[in-house]
Amino acid sequence: MAIDSKVVAQVAHLARLKVDESDSGALSDRLNDILAMVDQLQQADVTDVAPMAHPLDVTQPLREDEVSEPNVRDKALDIAPAAEDGCFLVPRVIE
Amino acid sequence: MSNAMHNKTLTELKAGLAAGDFSSRELTEHFLARIQQHDGELNSFISVTAEQALAQADAADTALAAGNGGLLTGLPIAHKDIFCTEGVRTSCGSKMLDSFIAPYTATVVEKMAAEGAVMLGKTNMDEFAMGSSNETSYYGPVKNPWDLERVPGGSSGGAAACLGARLAPGATGTDTGGSIRQPAALNNITGLKPTYGRVSRWGMIAFASSLDQAGPMAQSAEDCALMLQAMAGHDQRDSTSLDEKVDDYLGALNNDISGLTIGIPEEFFPDTLDGAIADNSRAAIRELEKLGAKVVSVSLPSIKLSVPAYYVIAPAEASSNLSRFDGVRFGHRCDDPKDLEDLYKRSRSEGFGDEVKRRILVGAYALSAGYYDAYYRRAQQVRRLIRDDFARAFEKVDVLMGPTAPETAFKLGAKKDDPVSMYMADVFTIGVNLAGLPALSMPTGFINGLPTGTQVIGNYFREGQILNVAHKYQQATDWHKQAPAFGGDQ
Amino acid sequence: MSWEVVIGLEIHVQLNTVSKLFSGSKLSTGAEPNTQASLVDLGMPGTLPVVNKEAVRKAALFGLAINADICRHSVFERKNYFYPDLPKGYQTTQLAEPIVGAGVVEIQLESGEKKNVRIHHAHLEEDAGKSLHEDFHGMTGIDLNRAGTPLIEVVTEPDMSNAEEAVAFARKLHAIVTSIGICDGDMSQGNMRFDVNVSIRKPGDELGTRTETKNLNSFRFMEKAIALEVERQIDVLEDGGEIVQETRLYNGDTHTARSMRSKEDANDYRYFPCPDLLPVAITDADIEALKAAMPELPNARKARFIDDYQLSEYDADLLSGSVATATFFEAVTKAGGDAKLAANWVMGEMAARLNAEEKTISDSPVSAEQLGQLIARLKDGTISSKIAKQVFEACWAGEGDPDAIIEAKGLKQMSDSGELEKIVDDIIANNAAQVEDYRNSDDAKKKKKIGFFVGQAMKATQGKANPQQLNQLLQKKLQ
Repeated sequence: MAIDSKVVAQVAHLARLKVDESDSGALSDRLNDILAMVDQLQQADVTDVAPMAHPLDVTQPLREDEVSEPNVRDKALDIAPAAEDGCFLVPRVIE
Repeated sequence: MSNAMHNKTLTELKAGLAAGDFSSRELTEHFLARIQQHDGELNSFISVTAEQALAQADAADTALAAGNGGLLTGLPIAHKDIFCTEGVRTSCGSKMLDSFIAPYTATVVEKMAAEGAVMLGKTNMDEFAMGSSNETSYYGPVKNPWDLERVPGGSSGGAAACLGARLAPGATGTDTGGSIRQPAALNNITGLKPTYGRVSRWGMIAFASSLDQAGPMAQSAEDCALMLQAMAGHDQRDSTSLDEKVDDYLGALNNDISGLTIGIPEEFFPDTLDGAIADNSRAAIRELEKLGAKVVSVSLPSIKLSVPAYYVIAPAEASSNLSRFDGVRFGHRCDDPKDLEDLYKRSRSEGFGDEVKRRILVGAYALSAGYYDAYYRRAQQVRRLIRDDFARAFEKVDVLMGPTAPETAFKLGAKKDDPVSMYMADVFTIGVNLAGLPALSMPTGFINGLPTGTQVIGNYFREGQILNVAHKYQQATDWHKQAPAFGGDQ
Repeated sequence: MSWEVVIGLEIHVQLNTVSKLFSGSKLSTGAEPNTQASLVDLGMPGTLPVVNKEAVRKAALFGLAINADICRHSVFERKNYFYPDLPKGYQTTQLAEPIVGAGVVEIQLESGEKKNVRIHHAHLEEDAGKSLHEDFHGMTGIDLNRAGTPLIEVVTEPDMSNAEEAVAFARKLHAIVTSIGICDGDMSQGNMRFDVNVSIRKPGDELGTRTETKNLNSFRFMEKAIALEVERQIDVLEDGGEIVQETRLYNGDTHTARSMRSKEDANDYRYFPCPDLLPVAITDADIEALKAAMPELPNARKARFIDDYQLSEYDADLLSGSVATATFFEAVTKAGGDAKLAANWVMGEMAARLNAEEKTISDSPVSAEQLGQLIARLKDGTISSKIAKQVFEACWAGEGDPDAIIEAKGLKQMSDSGELEKIVDDIIANNAAQVEDYRNSDDAKKKKKIGFFVGQAMKATQGKANPQQLNQLLQKKLQ
């Protein structure tokens, strides 16, 4: 399944990455190399094989419903690129 | 071969500290001096935390004097810069996190510190652990101490190189597709990727969550056992870490291996494999036969699809794991974003390097509407086939063995623009991650002065057994004691 | 030919756990921004989620309450999209294997008709943070206190055909989640938020294109928003237009709605199983334990009210509709000793006063015990129903218990016949002409003319005379 610059642009938007026009061709080529390699998967006979999400067949441990986390606001805001009045700041979001 | 402090194993250094031959401060100062002297050329560290290291060393000396030593008290350790360390930059090899001072500490680092380890600094790595040559690091490539024109492997390239060059006696690494074992092989050191779930992932910046596992890297299997003893265990903060008893790894090291059955997967010795690589691993297996092991041939028919399956699953998980780097709460933010979209796109495009971006794109594509079944779902089905192959093999054998990497260290830049050929560097290691099994790489000889390694794969939670096999081998051989001329004796 | 309306609902129910779904942060209400957002909630690199046992238990309890299958291995998935109040760049939710499978909820309509609304499924998921648009000089502030709050999203089949049914369903769901104690049910705090999918069609046609109106947080807004959207769709189609699949936002203050986003820029969410979490196992034993601990459900309570208190089906439905109302009603009945009177007062005087002051029954200034006492006095004849209203008002105003008020204001009916007899004698003595006139009248006229004496007596007793007693006495004395 080959992808072209248009698909690259769509996927890049989904991933919020900026792809310059000038790089788009080379990037599509590299991605197509990878996809061509990955396409070997189509050879496999996976009839009746359940997908495997985790290496071990174990189930989720559950946490007691207790408050265990301290307030880390000051630490968090210290390393934030932009913060004010206890909030992280971003350009205005229009709903 | 010198008896200088830096050529000693952790086990020997531990004995030296206990005997009072030297203090932790002397030891730490020695390694800090070596890093200062040689790492300019090697580039194996991103951050050196000298001041903290000396403070920890002094505390260790006090504890030792009081007889309160832990497993690792006073031993200098380098942590891969993927582990969060509170108050210290944790970059993950990326411009994205160049300014990220972690607000908390990873469980692995905490557990080792609790056993008295001294942190020398944070080692260089491929950006977000995505690479097999350490060339994708924002902080520049790491050089291989055996040949400075060659790569150290990756992604734990800094860890392996600093160990190879004897700039640190022990280091942590992480292994998603071979990132501990492949650089271990290329730098003539020993590295262990534990069973998935054996070591906590809390505080380890995620690349591919269902594959990532932290492990020890050192000169010998014995040292790896010592480190793993401190690292392993259930962590309530990591749902995928298993609440399974931690074995006595050190205690199992000297178990008799006569009667052990070693399986040789034919797929690990394909016709296309470099004959010299194959020979070194076969020689290692013969050495174990001399110690009483039996050898049988096995087959892992689906393993040939491990690289394609991995390059769907790992990028898919990564594409989602790396969404949190959005320039909002931490990490790189572009200058003067004109709106939210601009903030996201420029921050991420400036903060991530090319390989990371490629993998995010492949992953997002593999998960996108219309392609999920053909790629992601199918890759997970193939993953099960691979695991089932291993399970069948382990019905007949105790361990599996074969070469760790298909070639010795390659020249810097040789594969930089050919991702697919780079991906093949992990052809023998990736299957183990997909299955979640433990595996170790140990030095097994040289080709043209460059190290090669052989992998020992165990069944789930049988770290003790593979460490035992490797230790027995290292008792009988001295490949692991070879050090490069680089940074030679002082 | 008229239009047929098809309505489906998606309801976000906030679970009333102590801590968040995936972290040990306290659930926040009104805390300072980002003071209840842990490293996990902030999406810090290297952090990992661990599932809250109580959230799982509450979700499963809900499933059992609606007779749904409980998934024995439910799976958390990641829904990937970028938004500043979504710290990890994905929401952890469930898709292919939600914890609660198909179920059903029975609703009661005012006509007396009952209807089943099928539940497609309900899943566990985490809430996002909040974007604050004011006070940031043209920027947006992000507060992640709410991020990670446990929700169940309940998705219905499109089984409702008008606003009344949708609201009846919403109320029933509210009754269920509050009855089983998994949600505080405070709609003004966003504890329950409704998204309404509406489409219209001619009877017999295929389903029309639907729109989704999001985040309605009161039953009244929901009813109005549905009416508005149905009207809009009819207008569009009757003018020859087409309905666009879109998300709409309703403004309750102005009773208007606008399009938020259309399907064209709909996201591709790239769902996949969350690799940081394992399947959540629920065993037979867990389910048996939950069933054993299941509190009384609204419909069971309704049936009990009909049986025990002889209430009508509609009254029983209303009174069992919320735990608070049902509990209040039962306490009034117990204290007052009369279910019929208790029902009348709770749904009548009490409901009217609460509505007028926009109060809920839990904030009522008149306690169930007080209302019960009032009813007891009414029942034993101490006060008349007219006086009872006066006592209720005084009690509402905080003047004390009904008995104290009756005593203090001297509102007791005059049951002492001697005292009343003396008053009647005085009236007869002082109104000789009227007495004469009465005595000379025929029986029909007497019935009317006795009213004068009753009025005089009531005036003299300030309304405290027992009407029956007074009547008997007058008839006897005037003979």
